Amino acid sequence: MNKQLSPLRAFLAGVLIVFSLSSCGYNNIPTLEEQAKAKWADVQNNYQRRADLIPNLVATVQGYAKQEKDVLTAVVEARAKATQVKIDVSQLSDPEKLKQFQDAQNQLTGALGRLLAVSEAYPDLKSNANFLALQSQLEGTENRIAVARRDYIEAVRLYNTELKTLPGILWAATVFRSNKPMAEFAANESAQTPPQVKF
Amino acid sequence: MTRFLEFTRGNRVIRLSVVLGICALLAVVAVAANFPALTGRIVDQANIIPQGAKDTVEAKLSDLETKSGIQLVVATVASLDGQAIEPYANELFRNWKLGEKTKNNGVLLLVAPNERRVRIEVGYGLEGTLTDALSNVIIANGITPRFKAGDYAGGITRGVDDIITVLTTDASEWQQRPSLRLDSPSAPQIPGWMLVVGLIALAALFVVSPGFRWMVLGMLMNSMAGRGGGYSSGGGSSSGGGFSSGGGFSGGGGSSGGGGASGSW
Repeated sequence: MNKQLSPLRAFLAGVLIVFSLSSCGYNNIPTLEEQAKAKWADVQNNYQRRADLIPNLVATVQGYAKQEKDVLTAVVEARAKATQVKIDVSQLSDPEKLKQFQDAQNQLTGALGRLLAVSEAYPDLKSNANFLALQSQLEGTENRIAVARRDYIEAVRLYNTELKTLPGILWAATVFRSNKPMAEFAANESAQTPPQVKF
Repeated sequence: MTRFLEFTRGNRVIRLSVVLGICALLAVVAVAANFPALTGRIVDQANIIPQGAKDTVEAKLSDLETKSGIQLVVATVASLDGQAIEPYANELFRNWKLGEKTKNNGVLLLVAPNERRVRIEVGYGLEGTLTDALSNVIIANGITPRFKAGDYAGGITRGVDDIITVLTTDASEWQQRPSLRLDSPSAPQIPGWMLVVGLIALAALFVVSPGFRWMVLGMLMNSMAGRGGGYSSGGGSSSGGGFSSGGGFSGGGGSSGGGGASGSW
């Protein structure tokens, strides 16, 4: 019996291994990881979209309610802070970093809420078409943020479960040792309910 | 029952898995029961639309789909199950998979008369056309004033008219728009030549080795069987304007990320 593997057989064996690996869940960890990262990008995009709306909103409110300086500066400052905290996808397993991000965004949510509450007192502002449009865009963005967060939480749950259950746990212990579970987003009530707007 | 327990007492693993299986089944049933079935372009669970208005609106909706491929569905629900209308509408939209899978061009007009809430939920692909601000204007000007007067049919008809107007006014725009947002995760890039070499190698293998042929066949059957079980909504390719009014109506696999606006009256 010839012990030497013929090149064709070696090639065949290689192909076989590749296919059996993928059917044993070898691909699951990287696939789920990429999905979770994509969902995170969505979350970050939607927060960015909210930040982009703010300068316009502040300018509009300023035109009608200059005396509300404190509230306006609070919003501008909170926005500046929130846009500074960015999370790279490689940092998603760091709960500290995620908490920083969330705290900064929550602060902005609070400041925005106060701004909208204050603007209730100005009838001219409330009936301004530009303000109304901005307000509905802001509402829509808050809702998109809630949806994106929910999707991200679900994607992280799937990824973390894969790391802890069969067959993923075997791959996580061998090939994908550097893959750490991602930090969970704490569901935050105030961030999930969009600001109430009354007409 | 006791007999069954006695029978399985010896084997904890079996008992545990039976319990878990039942739990999983219950969970699935509980989630599915929340939403009304997608029986047509108008799902009037709350029973607030008279038949005459239903027919006129339904004709407009199917006309919109044959012309543009956009799936606009009107739903009224008896209850939001204690949820706010925004998450409920989003989950219902995703449950029904409105719009084509690649274009995500679906719109849901949801009315909850008992909670006095209404929402326009917009699919990813139409967010740029039917914006949040426009949805809000449609609700505030066209829908809620009529609802306030108790005229549900009038409000819904006007809302549908306005939505269709927005969606079809600039035809050249919406035809190119859906490509902006394809809802698929980006795959790692593979150089073209590598793909070609790989394909040639696979083809050669397919010719040379009978064992490989069987393996490929087995994998194909496997993946097809797996897919058949997972899809519940109309088998993937049923989107895109091919519905006869008499036959079944189903979503095409589209999704929404929470675009649109809500209002109350």
